[in-house]
Amino acid sequence: MTFIDWISAPVNWVFTIIGLVVLFSGFRVVTSKNIVHAALFLVGALAGTAALFLMLSAEFVAWVLVLVYIGAVIVLFLFGIMITRAPTGLDEGLSSDQKALPALLASGVFLMMSWASIDAFGGQLIGSVGEPVPTEVIGDSLFGRFVIPFEVVSFVLLAALIGGITLARRDLSPAEEEERSAV
Amino acid sequence: MLLSQFLVLAAALFAFGVYGLLVRRNIVLILLSVELMLNAVNINLIAFESVLVSPEAIGHIFAIFVITVAAAEVGIGLAIVLMIFRNRKSANVDDLNLMRW
Repeated sequence: MTFIDWISAPVNWVFTIIGLVVLFSGFRVVTSKNIVHAALFLVGALAGTAALFLMLSAEFVAWVLVLVYIGAVIVLFLFGIMITRAPTGLDEGLSSDQKALPALLASGVFLMMSWASIDAFGGQLIGSVGEPVPTEVIGDSLFGRFVIPFEVVSFVLLAALIGGITLARRDLSPAEEEERSAV
Repeated sequence: MLLSQFLVLAAALFAFGVYGLLVRRNIVLILLSVELMLNAVNINLIAFESVLVSPEAIGHIFAIFVITVAAAEVGIGLAIVLMIFRNRKSANVDDLNLMRW
């Protein structure tokens, strides 16, 4: 398949636009000097990813991503940023000064992974475009074959809930404890 | 649509995550980079599922598990960041040198 064939399919225009949005947002997440902007650019990267999932006929996972990540995780991150009173304006100290070696390593990771992907799946086409996987199938699978992992994951969430409360709770000093019991 | 176009996009997103993980100093921003990497993995899972169509939608199930575990990880991670901030008055990894020889 030549590049002309590739770009003449309208679905690839959509992919190119969404991909550019995802890449730009991802780049700004790791380079932005404003910590709140970094968290908000992650919203752009995740929304673009959800759009890619819709293109790949994964409707349910796309909306799970929007609800869990954009709805909950980003809010948690913004809370974390505000609670740790990180400088919300421009800050030069958010990143280390040694950028060359990490950039080299990251581009090495990118080149290796993309070379391996293209080498193994170069001409592989995605056939099932536009037929969403029914949520029924995912539900049957989740509560059928994958019911034990599902229970394990729910236990992990319970442990995270209890652990989060225990870690983030502020222990009262003995004087405060006495004051509280007096009331 | 080619499969490899999604894989290359995911590889680029993963590489950005690796770069952020190594370069950032603030713990909250390091956690953001980890989320970026997990997201790249999810793109790969969904892309492979749409080629190797399985009757039980296994790729989708794995992506949902990754999302769930990532949410738990962020909850615990931010609680730990909060603890560190209370004890050391900083959310900067360079300041956490207590166990450094």
